[in-house]
Amino acid sequence: MSEQAAVRTDGLGKRYGSTWALRDCTLEIPAGSVTALVGPNGAGKTTLLHLLIGLGKPSAGRVEVLGLSPRRDAAVLLPRLSFVAQDHPLYRGLSIADTLKLARKLNPSWDEERAQARIERLGLDPHRKVSKLSGGQQAQVALTLALSKEPELLLLDEPVASLDPLARREFLGAVLEAVADTQMTVVISSHIVSELERVCDHLITLVDSRAQLAGSIAEIVASHRLLTGPRSDAASVARVHQVIRESHTERQTTLLVRANGHVYDSCWEQHEVDLEEIVLAYLGYRPGANRWEAGAEEVVPV
Amino acid sequence: MIEFHLDSRSGVPAYLQLVQQVRQAIRLGILRPGDQLPTVKEVVATLTINPNTVLHAYRQLDLEGLTEGRRGVGTFVAESRPAIPASDLRSLRTTLDRWVARAREAGVDEDTIAALFAEAIRPDSVSRVA
Repeated sequence: MSEQAAVRTDGLGKRYGSTWALRDCTLEIPAGSVTALVGPNGAGKTTLLHLLIGLGKPSAGRVEVLGLSPRRDAAVLLPRLSFVAQDHPLYRGLSIADTLKLARKLNPSWDEERAQARIERLGLDPHRKVSKLSGGQQAQVALTLALSKEPELLLLDEPVASLDPLARREFLGAVLEAVADTQMTVVISSHIVSELERVCDHLITLVDSRAQLAGSIAEIVASHRLLTGPRSDAASVARVHQVIRESHTERQTTLLVRANGHVYDSCWEQHEVDLEEIVLAYLGYRPGANRWEAGAEEVVPV
Repeated sequence: MIEFHLDSRSGVPAYLQLVQQVRQAIRLGILRPGDQLPTVKEVVATLTINPNTVLHAYRQLDLEGLTEGRRGVGTFVAESRPAIPASDLRSLRTTLDRWVARAREAGVDEDTIAALFAEAIRPDSVSRVA
């Protein structure tokens, strides 16, 4: 994995009126990674993606994409990235062929051969109107446009939310094949974790407009543990490790912790936790309530 | 050529599942020295899996000396390594037999012995309580 960052934000925030849609967001997305941006609806995922492509001006902080400023350097930056908005909007009245033609005229860099080849591989008739295509086919056409620009960075906003399982698999497969070919960086926002575990190698969770967990998925999974033991106070564990979630029954205490190295306390039984459970714990975790503020370093470079 | 599969409920990381499947295929003779492994792109296409995961698995296999990556060509099964000397295996086995006998004396049942052993050989045994 390259050490270079494709995206770097520092204290980035966006306010609409008195409401912060994104707040104090500091993160790095490594070049060449496939990063999942996970969070409940309204957490700020789309806002973050919009700031990355210069749609909207940050209210606070800084953002750098491929080493450039999305607004100041838009003319140089935009040809190097592709953004597929939620529900893959296309001109419904155009045929596939006309859609490609429009995209060719609008984009300075465009690989026509690749675009045609993809449409052919998908088994789509170029004369068909976009409105006559299934949701999965429309998504594939939108992806064809995005990939034929040969972007260095591909941003996908909830790309599979509206697709059936087969179409999801085909869509994500097409993205990953392109990654294998070109080593581009991909950011996929989603509220579905289970699907992204295979597909992504990095993950960022956005909750309540803040970035919380950020890093390599392998490292995230390796560092979190579920501890169970006789009912006790979490305080001694919390001195060394970060307690993400605790629950108690009359006789038993269960802690989900981000372990800081080994957990040496033999009164806890340790279990591995899968990514989905870790993410859910973070999504249910309210910042500002208690330990979170102390763990501010959790908003770390990926 | 082998075809990979992934069990998403096994809890074993995807890259390790690929590594294990290649190891097993070599052990069973399904893969022989000189055979080519599927390209990264082929694995990505069949499994809908992150290319970096496949690269990670192939790097691991290279490190273990089981395969040989040839730049721009592909990854091939390496010539088999010299076997571990029989005397070493015998001595290891004797030590293990003694350990099992001790466990039995202590009243540990077979399932627990198997669980202890499985845990001890896990590459990432970080989670063990000291």
